[in-house]
Amino acid sequence: MSNLSEIFKNHKAFIPFVVADDPDFDTTVANIIALAEGGADIVEIGIPFSDPIADGGVIQAADLRAFDAGVRTKTVFEIVEAARKQTNVPIVFLTYLNIVFKYGYDAFCQKCQELGVSGLVIPDMPYESREDIVPTADKYDIDIIPLIAPTSGHRVEKIAKAASGFIYVVSSLGITGERNEFFNGLKDLVAEIKSYTDVPTAIGFGVHTPKQAKAMAGIADGVIIGSAIVDIVAKQKQNAPQAIEKYTQSIRAAVDEAQTEEAHV
Amino acid sequence: MKNLTESKTTKRPGIFADTYGGQYIPETLMTELEKVDKAFHTLKDDPDFQAELHDLLINYANRPSLLYYAKNMTEDLGGAKIYLKREDLNHTGAHKINNVIGQALLAKHLGKKRLIAETGAGQHGVATATIAALFGMDCEIFMGKEDTDRQKLNVYRMELLGAKVHPVTTGSMVLKDAINATLQEWASRSEDTFYVMGSAVGPYPFPEMVKYFQSVISKESKQQLKAKENTLPDMVVACVGGGSNAIGSFADYIDDPSVKLVGVEAAGKGVNSDKTAATIERGTVGIFHGMKSLFLQNEDGQINPVYSISAGLDYPGVGPEHAALAKEGRAQYVGITDDEAVQAFEYIARQEGIVAAIESCHAVAYVEKIAPTMSKDQIIVCTLSGRGDKDVASIAKYKGVDIDE
Repeated sequence: MSNLSEIFKNHKAFIPFVVADDPDFDTTVANIIALAEGGADIVEIGIPFSDPIADGGVIQAADLRAFDAGVRTKTVFEIVEAARKQTNVPIVFLTYLNIVFKYGYDAFCQKCQELGVSGLVIPDMPYESREDIVPTADKYDIDIIPLIAPTSGHRVEKIAKAASGFIYVVSSLGITGERNEFFNGLKDLVAEIKSYTDVPTAIGFGVHTPKQAKAMAGIADGVIIGSAIVDIVAKQKQNAPQAIEKYTQSIRAAVDEAQTEEAHV
Repeated sequence: MKNLTESKTTKRPGIFADTYGGQYIPETLMTELEKVDKAFHTLKDDPDFQAELHDLLINYANRPSLLYYAKNMTEDLGGAKIYLKREDLNHTGAHKINNVIGQALLAKHLGKKRLIAETGAGQHGVATATIAALFGMDCEIFMGKEDTDRQKLNVYRMELLGAKVHPVTTGSMVLKDAINATLQEWASRSEDTFYVMGSAVGPYPFPEMVKYFQSVISKESKQQLKAKENTLPDMVVACVGGGSNAIGSFADYIDDPSVKLVGVEAAGKGVNSDKTAATIERGTVGIFHGMKSLFLQNEDGQINPVYSISAGLDYPGVGPEHAALAKEGRAQYVGITDDEAVQAFEYIARQEGIVAAIESCHAVAYVEKIAPTMSKDQIIVCTLSGRGDKDVASIAKYKGVDIDE
């Protein structure tokens, strides 16, 4: 088990996401630093996959830009290594199971530990398949971050009870990408998770404005933002770091407001 | 959980040869998969469901399909006796309807109002659109843009049947990408929607379910051959993309060790070329589209673009049970190139007066090679998975013949 869950102690966490090597190596390193300096609590780095079935158009396009840059799994490790020279921000990877499987579960988790990567989010690995990797991940103190969806129903209990690090609560059905509406039962879903575990929760999928971030941080222990940041990279390219830092500050402030308001309740 | 596993040593369901299969799909879809699993295992033992299924197969889909003795081919090739299992004669012109009827009935029992499906060559899309029309359900089909271009006739056919066809423009714009898009659609909307998976791929229980509904092919062929020849075949040959017609053609013979099972993959420009879809021969173990199986992929696990002249066979993976049958040596998998398949397309047309699907012609091409090496008292059953009307225009183009569509 990593120290990820400590981050959420009396603190609403902001977890932004970028795709590795989008649009290139140096920009990704700079983006990670910008996220850390802008106030991210955990930086989630996407390792591109050829067929990202849980991701919408924005992240699919980012994966393609990374492939154009020649991204390999080892490139992603090199990016983290370079970023680690400037920041100790907690990092988790998001990728599809085949990437980890082909690298070798043991070699991959060992590499994560070496680089100070605390957890893995694997959207195509449900509870039923977690035993493939969890024993190996445990060996290297890597958390496998489970996802819980609005459709999880009776599955919430077993997933929550087995969780470590934090729980990724999927805000709505479907795939990643900016949204203006979320599943209206999120509050109850988080409350149910809380009844089974102390492992913190973070809501992701579709969150993009400071107002939404504040609302989601009010419901859960943290908020995850992906596509909105990746969209900044798409538009600003090599100039993304400045814009990302500014955006991160705006979300940081919104999430902190949720923390303050909760403290006053 | 009920003990439904194919494997004797693991309690996870749907694991073949202790390795392949499983469930690797986003959490959003897992509750729905559980419902499908439960419904399938309850209904397949339900006499009313079976009666409904049987009635539709007989009275709507035109089953049993013929087991036809290909006398001209047999004489011309001068070896084993060749029987063709004529799935091309089914309503909608392919084996796909067998599985669609089964899954759509399941969907109906689950109270679903809308069917979605991926399609490669368009045969599965046509079958799904057909049954949706019959059952009065909404239907949306996802088809790679590359395939909507080379199978225009089937696109129009689906639209005619009331389905909405979505050309998929992500990735390499073929079958694999159509499956991605359909899975995404299902993740967005599963409440009223059933994903009719067309091939023996995907997460458990799809491979098992598709095999179950397609096994009618081998159940019939076994009985039919017994009636005609009073024996088992020496060899069963079928083409393999994802592997639905092959697994159905093999199913009832898997426990008959004297019957050699041969799956024919699309080798495209050659098994050892970069333009191939010969997954079992060239693939490595990976996890994709909900299953652990063999995939054409690079060393990092990125799925490779694949190629075949046939839109129904250019898939970078294969059903997990085929990967297991190959691993255990129970079935053999061979590659047939575009050129060989096109030659077989012409051969069977001229010999037997049958225009067979280019997918099926991969199996026919292998029969042409193997039959002469076998003795005259041996028997091959070759599945013709579909009819070839849909391919006439593109084969003409391949041959450089200018026809006005």
